[in-house]
Amino acid sequence: MSQTAHLASAAAMDAEPAILLDKVNKWYGAMHVLRDVSMSVAQKERVVVCGPSGSGKSTMIRCINRLESHQQGSIVVDGTELTDDLRALDTIRREVGMVFQSFNLFPHLTILENCTLAPIWVRKMPKAEAEELAMDYLKRVKIPEQAKKYPGQLSGGQQQRVAIARALCMKPRIMLFDEPTSALDPEMIKEVLDTMIGLAETGMTMVCVTHEMGFARQVADRVVFMDRGEIVEQGPPIGLFENPQTDRLKLFLSQILRGH
Amino acid sequence: MNTPASATVSATQNLPAPTRERPPADVVGPWAWARNNLFATWWSTAITLVLIYAILRASLGFVEWAVVNAIWTVPQGASGPDTSSCRAIKGIGACWAVIGEKYRFILFGRFPFDEQWRPAICVALFIGLYIVSAMRRFWRKELVLIWVVVLAAIGVLMWGGVFGMPYVGQDVWGGLPITLILSTFGLAFAFPIAVLVALGRRSTKLPAVKLLCVLYVELIRGVPLISLLFMASVMFPLFMPDGVNFDKLLRAQVAFILFAAAYLAEVVRAGLQALPKGQMEAGDALGLSYWQKTGMIILPQALRLVIPPLVNTFIAFFKDTSLVLIIGIFDVLTTGKIAVSEPTWQGFSTEVYLFLAVIYFAFCFAMSRYSSGLEREFSRSRGR
Repeated sequence: MSQTAHLASAAAMDAEPAILLDKVNKWYGAMHVLRDVSMSVAQKERVVVCGPSGSGKSTMIRCINRLESHQQGSIVVDGTELTDDLRALDTIRREVGMVFQSFNLFPHLTILENCTLAPIWVRKMPKAEAEELAMDYLKRVKIPEQAKKYPGQLSGGQQQRVAIARALCMKPRIMLFDEPTSALDPEMIKEVLDTMIGLAETGMTMVCVTHEMGFARQVADRVVFMDRGEIVEQGPPIGLFENPQTDRLKLFLSQILRGH
Repeated sequence: MNTPASATVSATQNLPAPTRERPPADVVGPWAWARNNLFATWWSTAITLVLIYAILRASLGFVEWAVVNAIWTVPQGASGPDTSSCRAIKGIGACWAVIGEKYRFILFGRFPFDEQWRPAICVALFIGLYIVSAMRRFWRKELVLIWVVVLAAIGVLMWGGVFGMPYVGQDVWGGLPITLILSTFGLAFAFPIAVLVALGRRSTKLPAVKLLCVLYVELIRGVPLISLLFMASVMFPLFMPDGVNFDKLLRAQVAFILFAAAYLAEVVRAGLQALPKGQMEAGDALGLSYWQKTGMIILPQALRLVIPPLVNTFIAFFKDTSLVLIIGIFDVLTTGKIAVSEPTWQGFSTEVYLFLAVIYFAFCFAMSRYSSGLEREFSRSRGR
């Protein structure tokens, strides 16, 4: 799909965005961590969120499935507004998969059990069906042969790919990635990014907090740059990276590029 | 880059792989170990020799007393057993005859002599129950059923009054069955309560429940078990309306459960706190409910982490059951003490206490061996 065609289709679905943040504010005690964050993610859109550490990008993505609660503004995911209503929260968490920086696999369960736990208990899927589904996704992330092992026996890259498969087993419509490659050794980053690129090609709606600029260039429809709790600049990756408008983004890009 | 460091790296890379795969014989094996650890210097050698001598002396002395010079039976006189031969060798040899004569009383207390096969079966049932519960392939829902059936069978055997067995009141129960009843029921009920209290104490959304759990733990933990037992036996009946009266053993049992649960709750809480926050978040992100997360992700990991302190508490409480003596319930330690207060056997308490120590040790050591086996198994299954 060419870039323009994709943007056109995203615009067509603009009627109901997958994720809509409107003037979201959040404080940790007296610290203002999200300031009037407004952002809309269209269906099938791939958004990369970047910014220096402490810029609130992880907090924002964690607000989308309410691992953190926001204090002002509204967040609407797939037409459901996030409130304290537990039923709404359940609906949203079924539709939104999340991959963490530290994998967070369940160490006492095998790889297969990690993947089947939620489909069996949340989706009430029969065990055999859940296992078949899990094996499908494990094949897609290229580690079906590890199904009977425990997370502790796998490398970091393999664990993160299992975490992606585990989230996909719930058949989510939206995937959130919170710095999925930051805890990995350099030689393992590629295998995880490849998996994510493969996922992006299937048309999954993705919001991804990452510093991998190559990944952003390759798959992102839009890059959002955050600093000190607010969205400073956003736009298609090429334009944003080649022609940054603000000093903050220029500084950030120069630091990122120097590091690589 | 061409720094000296990188040059060395490439130089070592060109070397052939080291060929020696096993360490030489003189640094492994028992002899090498002994030379390194026991006889490394003249000072270390001296200490080793002195200690070997002391250990030999002590154990030989014990063997001489307990086996070589011991008396195993005594003749029966007109007025019961004649213990004069035992008294003659007191301090030189053990008088195991006291065990042979009194073991029935020590194990089963004042339970009617001809009916003592009933508590004996109960003890066997308890041990069978422990063994079945210890085997992981029985860790299924049916295990609860097995427990209910076995505990009911134990109740029937102890009380009797059915199937042609005469009724035996609780006031004459005693010995090992009392110890096992108190500790088994005590820990079996205390453990689930403890898990709930620990979860309640960590609750962030239910402050009232949290406060209640904190109060419970701090109040119960703040008083000695003895005072709780006194309260259960003396004060509790005062609050009851006339005619309502719970059995003394039951009251002691309840006090025991409450006490053990407070301690176990803190052990379980330690395990809950040790888990990384990410585990709970991963469960949240997958849409699992609180009880699903707790039951399938948090508790299995938290409880594995605290197996050593958990078993530590279990062992301590198994032995603490002997405190029920102060409210007039005769556990196995008390029956042993009563056995040697009889004039005939006065003065042979060492033998009886050794016998009791062996019983306690057998149960406690089994628990600790089992727990270390369990730890090994869990760590193996995690591939670490």
